[in-house]
Amino acid sequence: MKILIQNGRMIDPANGIDKVQDLLIEEGVIAKVGEKMTAKGAEVIDASGKIVTPGLIDTHVHLRDPGQEYKEDIVSGTRAAAAGGFTSLICMPNTKPVIDNRCVVEYIIRKANEEGSANVFPCGNISAGSKGEVLTEMHDLADAGCVGFSDDGLPVISGEIMLRALEYARPIGKPIVVHAEDLSLTGDGVMNAGVVSTELGLKGIPWVAEDAMVARDIMLAEFTDSQVHICHISTKGAVEAVRQAKARGVKVTTEVTPHHFTLTEEAVRGYDTHAKMSPPLRTAEDVAAMKAGLADGTIDGIATDHAPHHPDEKNVEFSIAYNGIIGLETALPLTLKLVEEGALTLNQAVAALTSQPAKAFGLDRGTLAAGAVADVTVIDPELEWTVDAEALQSKSVNTPFNGWTMKGAAVYTLRSGQVTWKRQ
Amino acid sequence: MADSDVIILDQAGIDRALTRIAHEILEHNKGIEDLAIVGIRTGGDYLAALLQRKISQIEGVDVPLGAIDITLYRDDIGTRSDLKVGKTDILFPVTGKKVVLVDDVLFTGRTIRAAMDAVIDLGRPECIQLAILLDRGHREFPIRPDYIGRNLPTSREEEVEVDFDDNLQPTQVRLIKNG
Amino acid sequence: MAFNHDHILDMKQFSAEDITTILDTADSFKEISQREIKKVPALRGKTVVNLFFEASTRTRTSFEVAAKRLSADGLNIAASTSAVVKGETLEDTAQNILAMKPNIIVMRHGHSGAPHYLAERLEGVSILNAGDGCHEHPSQALLDMMTIREKLGGFEGLKVTIIGDIAHSRVARSNLIGLKTMGAEVRLAGPGTMVPREFEQLGAKVHHKIEDAIDGSDVVMMLRIQRERQGKTLIPSTREFARYYGLNPVKLKLAKPNALVMHPGPMNRGVEISSSVADGEQNVILEQVENGVAVRMALLYLVSGADGSIDG
Repeated sequence: MKILIQNGRMIDPANGIDKVQDLLIEEGVIAKVGEKMTAKGAEVIDASGKIVTPGLIDTHVHLRDPGQEYKEDIVSGTRAAAAGGFTSLICMPNTKPVIDNRCVVEYIIRKANEEGSANVFPCGNISAGSKGEVLTEMHDLADAGCVGFSDDGLPVISGEIMLRALEYARPIGKPIVVHAEDLSLTGDGVMNAGVVSTELGLKGIPWVAEDAMVARDIMLAEFTDSQVHICHISTKGAVEAVRQAKARGVKVTTEVTPHHFTLTEEAVRGYDTHAKMSPPLRTAEDVAAMKAGLADGTIDGIATDHAPHHPDEKNVEFSIAYNGIIGLETALPLTLKLVEEGALTLNQAVAALTSQPAKAFGLDRGTLAAGAVADVTVIDPELEWTVDAEALQSKSVNTPFNGWTMKGAAVYTLRSGQVTWKRQ
Repeated sequence: MADSDVIILDQAGIDRALTRIAHEILEHNKGIEDLAIVGIRTGGDYLAALLQRKISQIEGVDVPLGAIDITLYRDDIGTRSDLKVGKTDILFPVTGKKVVLVDDVLFTGRTIRAAMDAVIDLGRPECIQLAILLDRGHREFPIRPDYIGRNLPTSREEEVEVDFDDNLQPTQVRLIKNG
Repeated sequence: MAFNHDHILDMKQFSAEDITTILDTADSFKEISQREIKKVPALRGKTVVNLFFEASTRTRTSFEVAAKRLSADGLNIAASTSAVVKGETLEDTAQNILAMKPNIIVMRHGHSGAPHYLAERLEGVSILNAGDGCHEHPSQALLDMMTIREKLGGFEGLKVTIIGDIAHSRVARSNLIGLKTMGAEVRLAGPGTMVPREFEQLGAKVHHKIEDAIDGSDVVMMLRIQRERQGKTLIPSTREFARYYGLNPVKLKLAKPNALVMHPGPMNRGVEISSSVADGEQNVILEQVENGVAVRMALLYLVSGADGSIDG
C-alpha cells in the first residue's frame, strides 16, 4: 500500500521545511520526501495548490466516551476530527467513569484504534475520582498510554495536591494539565465580568479568577521544576504570566482555543447559549493578547476544547445552559483566518496545530520526516464553505459559528497512511 | 387646502348652526335641568365647549361640560396599532343626567356607538342625545342625531373635515373630493 | 403614533419617543382607575397570562388589575424554574401555555434573558417582561418615570440618585437606561460590593459615599436590601448598611428641597430607609403603586395593538 502526495506545498515546521515537493507513504510510514517523485503502483493524490502538513493535533477535546455517548462518542468525535484535518487528539478525563484507572485508558485507545478515525491520547486524571484528594496511579496510567494528567473542568483547588501532582509527575515525564480557575472567584458567574455582563444582568466571572490560578500553578511548576500545561488560556494577564515564566525558564506550556481568539463577550448579547463556555469569551483586548501570544510563541498550540452537548442542554435559559461548543471542524479555517489577517505566518499557524502541541506533550507526531508515522493533512486554503451545524460530523450541533462562511478546509486527512477523510 | 375642496360652512355659518342647536337643546329639554354636554375627542370636544358657552349666554348658567375619548371602545381596536389613547374628562356623575353627545361629523355611526358605551360605563344617564355639526349619511348602525347643523349628501369616497384654529375655534367645514 | 414593539423585553428597546408614548398613554389610563366603574372594553376577548417563575405579589397583582380594567381575560400561572435536562424546559412550559392561545404572556423569571429566550421561540404571542433575573424590569422603571414626570414635569437635566444593591437590581438597570434615554443624569450609589464600576461605562455616575450622590438630587430612589438573596458577602450587616448607606432625614436634606423619595417596595424600614423618611411628605411610594396599574394598562394596550399588524 503506497500513497504518493504530489505537488503540494509541504509545510513541516518541525523540520523547517516549506516548499513544493512530493511525499511517499509506504506501510503507514513516511517513506520518502523529495521533488518530482514517482512510485510504481502508488495511489496518487494531486495536491497542486494545496498545503501538505503533518496531521493536525488537538490537545484538548471532550469525546464524552465512555458515559455520555448521546453527546458524542469516540467514533463520531474522531470522524469530526478527521473532517477538520486532525489526526491526533488528547481527550480530557471528565468522562463517566473518569480516566483514573488503566481500564478506561485501554478502552479509549482500543476503541479509537479499532473504530475511530484519529489517534486518541487520553489525558488521565490528577486525582482519583477527580475529587482533588488522592493522586491517581500516574505511572500505571502513563504506561497504559496517558500523555498527561488533568482534573479538567474541576480545577485543583488544593495547593498541596497540585504541588504533589507536579512532584509526582516530574519523573514520569508527563505534564500536569490544568484548567486554571479559582472557583471561589468564579462563584455562580456565567460570562466574563465586565460591561456586557453588567448590562445583561448576568453574573460575571472576573479575569482575576483565571489570572490568579495561572500564577499559582506557574509558581508551583517553578517550585517543583515540573511541567505544567495551562489549558485554554483566555486572558491577557494569564498570557503575560506565561510569557514571563517562559522567559525565566519555567516548564510551562499553553494552548488557546479558536473561539477565544475569534469571539468576544459581545457574542453573549441576545443570550446566545452557544456563546457560553468555560473559560468565558473575554474582551477584544484579550483576543488581541491571544493573537500576540501565538505570534511570539508564548502560546504553544491551538486546541479546540471541543465540548459537545445535546440541544436540550443548550436550548435553555443562559444561566443554566451547559458550557462549551464543538470545535474540531471549524478550528482550521479559523486559524487560517489569523494568517489572512496577518496575525500569524502560515508556518506559525501550522506549527501551532502540529509540531508545537506534539512537543508540549512529547508526542511522536507533528512531523513529516522520513520514518515518521504517516499522519498527514492536505489543506485547500482557498476553499470557501458555509458552516451548517447539522451537516457536521460531530453528533452535536452546539457551535456559535453556524452559518459562518469559512475559508480553508482539509481535503484529505491520513492517519498512519490510511485516508480517514476525503472532502467531497 | 386643495382647489377641489368645497367649503360647506364658513365660520359665520358654523356659529349660526351652533346657536340654533343651543336653542333646540334648551327647547327640547325644557331648560337646563340635569343637562350635561359631552364632546367626543377630538373635534367634538371643542364644539361642545362652544355649545356650552352659548347655552350659558342664553340661560346665564354653566351646564356641566365633559370630554370623552372613545379609543378604548372602538370596534376595530386590537387590529390597529395607530390608536392613541386620549383622556376622558367627565368630572361630574353622569347618572341621572341628560347627556348631549357632541361630535363634528356623523358618518357610519360607529364612533357614536362607542361613545354611548363609554358614557354608560361611567354611570346611568337619564338619556343620551346627539348633536352633530354635519351629517354626511352612510350609516352602518341605527343611529340618528337629535340636533343637526347641516345635512350633506356625500359619496363614500369623499371626506369631510372640520378645521379648527390654534384657539380651538372652528373655522370652516370642507368637503374633500377624492379620486 | 407608531409603537412598533411586538414584545416588551427591556428599556434598551425604547426610543425617547416610545417612552413618551407609553407615559402619555398611561396618563390617559390613570383616569379609568379613578372611575366608579373601573373598566373599559379595550382588550375584550384577549387573554393575558401572568407566568411567574418567582413569587411576586405586587407586580403580579398590578398586572392582574391592569388586565382586568382593560376587560382582558387573565390567568395566573405560578411555575417553577427547572434544572437543565430535568423535567419540563422553559420552552415546554411556554408551549403548553401557548396551546391555550393567549395574546400576551406577562412573565417574571429568575434568569436574566428568559423573556428574550421565549420571545425568540414563540409565535403569535407578545411577551411582556415583568422582571428577569438581575437584568431588567421595564414596567417598574416606566411607573417610576411616570411618577417623576407627573411630579416634576419632565426629565431633561434632572438628577436622579438610585441607592442600594445596584449590581443585582433589575429596577436600577431599567431606570438607568430609561432615564438616560430621556435626558436625566443618573447617579448610582452604594457599597463597593453593590455598585460595580462598569456602570460608569453604561452612562451612570457611580458614588460610594451616598451624601455625595444625594447632594442636589431631584429624586432619591432607594432599593430594597434583600437580606435573604444577597448572602453574607456583600455587606457585613444591615446595621452598618443602614448607618452608612441608608436614607434618613439628615441625608435627605442634601437633596433639593422638594426632592422625591421613591422605593419600589416592599420597604425595609430601618435598613435602607428610616421610618421618618418613609412616612415623610416627600415620599411618593403610593403614587408609584397607583401609576403602576396605569403604566401596565398602557403596556398591555400598546403591545396588543401591535399584535400581528406590525412589520418589523
